[in-house]
Amino acid sequence: MLKKILSKAGFCGGLAFFIVFSASPFYIMLITMFKKSHDLFNPTNNPFILNEPFTAEHVKLLFTQTLYTTFLLNTLYVGVAVVLITVALSVPAAFSLARIAGRWGENLGIGIFLTYLIPPTLLFIPLSRIISVLGLQNSLWSLVLVYPTFTVPFCTWLLMSFIKSIPREIEEQALIDGCSRLGALVKVILPLSVPGIITIIVFAFTLVANEYIYALAFIQDSAKKTIGIGLTTELVRGDVFYWGALMGGALIASIPVALLYTFFLDRIISGLAMGTVRR
Amino acid sequence: MAIVELKGISKSFGQVRAVDGVDVEIKDGEFLVLLGPSGSGKTTLMRLCAGLERPTGGSIVIDGSVVNDVPPRERGIAMVFQSYALYPHKTVFRNIAFPLTVEGMDKAEIRKKVEWAAGLLGIGHLLDRMPSQVSGGEKQRVAIARALVRRPKVLLMDEPLSNLDAKVRHSARDELKKFQREIGVTTIYVTHDQAEAMGLGDRIAVMHEGKVRQIGTPDDIYHYPADTFVAGFVGTPPMNFIEKDGLLTGFRPELFHPAELISDQDPVRFRFRIERVENLGAYSLAYGTIGSVKVIANLSPRLRIREGEERDFGVSRQDVRYFDKQTGAGIRR
Repeated sequence: MLKKILSKAGFCGGLAFFIVFSASPFYIMLITMFKKSHDLFNPTNNPFILNEPFTAEHVKLLFTQTLYTTFLLNTLYVGVAVVLITVALSVPAAFSLARIAGRWGENLGIGIFLTYLIPPTLLFIPLSRIISVLGLQNSLWSLVLVYPTFTVPFCTWLLMSFIKSIPREIEEQALIDGCSRLGALVKVILPLSVPGIITIIVFAFTLVANEYIYALAFIQDSAKKTIGIGLTTELVRGDVFYWGALMGGALIASIPVALLYTFFLDRIISGLAMGTVRR
Repeated sequence: MAIVELKGISKSFGQVRAVDGVDVEIKDGEFLVLLGPSGSGKTTLMRLCAGLERPTGGSIVIDGSVVNDVPPRERGIAMVFQSYALYPHKTVFRNIAFPLTVEGMDKAEIRKKVEWAAGLLGIGHLLDRMPSQVSGGEKQRVAIARALVRRPKVLLMDEPLSNLDAKVRHSARDELKKFQREIGVTTIYVTHDQAEAMGLGDRIAVMHEGKVRQIGTPDDIYHYPADTFVAGFVGTPPMNFIEKDGLLTGFRPELFHPAELISDQDPVRFRFRIERVENLGAYSLAYGTIGSVKVIANLSPRLRIREGEERDFGVSRQDVRYFDKQTGAGIRR
């Protein structure tokens, strides 16, 4: 009995720890967003609560004195374009690397993943040359072109292991049941890969939203900035940090992604591919 | 319905010769079992017939035309995988209907055919379920229904019963044979279970190391094995071998009896030292030696046999088989 209570308490304790651990950044952002600057900068105040009445001045600053909504829209625009390119390239690449090429496929897959490990801090120098040759400086299209260089390898790798987990027999069955290789991919493997594809969509979008260096190097106009550089370049003026607006901007931008993770991933990954093949 | 001819078929994976020059002709409507231990090449041979592997040599002929370069979908075959390979995202109905949907058949026709196949296998009540909601035996039926719905020329089955538990397996075997006769489809069936092979096959092809060692009716395979491999692989317990007069003498445990019980006037006699007796109810097994060679006798449990005794045993002359000592090949005389 005691053992049962202890294990239950241990479980709840662990759960509570992780809830606090993952929720606290959001909480800090939320209260900072509504804190008066006077309250925030006074070191004797308790940093975890509102010591003075809340204020909407930071939110107002964010939406009226910066191009915050434009940053959001730019990010969405680049994100959607990059996600489309990534899915279009990663799905066939992952499929052929996982299935057709055999041992070669594995090595090639590792090779593709290795390209992901070359840091953007190195790559942005040659890439900026390419961007200028193409005449894409200071254009969102530069990002649409450059971001797939890291989203495609990463997502191909991710999807490759996912497709590998779909039993080969199911695909062979489709070949026998009248499909061509392409038909088997479209009619059987793709529907079974939906959880994997949703995963790469979310990851690709998150990678784009988080990206900093390329955006900083290739974009100068405020109206063309994405959220990552927009906030930090427009809300840090000289040595003045507009903490309230910064936190607000970061929080608002992270909510949709957090929701995406919460609702989609767990749900779809579990269950679908199970229960057909008995081993 | 179709005739399948395999002419000098070979398949190598790198240095490994998985299938090594196989010649078999499968008659129209015949149930042929490919029997062999794991790694004998039987599954590879079936995959070659299906078109999932390309032969490195020889040709596969279905109904008079060479299909070596024909993709699986155009061969008019259907296959049941060991794992059943049901589409997890489709209902049972849509699983069975899939080969017809791909063909572009109209909906009413599909429904009719699916209901026919489901009825044949007694799974009509499962059509709305997902594969994860049906039992192992039911999955196997769904897989067979899907294979039959297109009325294939040739039905290929890769150990379809091996994932079922022993009880279900017996009844599934019986049903399989019944409906195969009913629709008369040419069938190639892979198994490593010799009881399954004996029970199901019109003919059995025994495979070992990529080669067909013998092909014949279950009766032939059992009573006239072509070599020591077939003799040892088919039958539980396997055939006994004793060296005698420069040849290997083989005889089945159940034909090895105390000498006085043999009706034959002049049986082949042995001195059998019985070491251990296992009573298995329907029969008992006596383990012992002739000289220094281990031998098993399958006897009636009523027979009084004591462990440790040495008795005159024998085999009727017509039941003894002879094999070459070096090659293991059977010798008829």
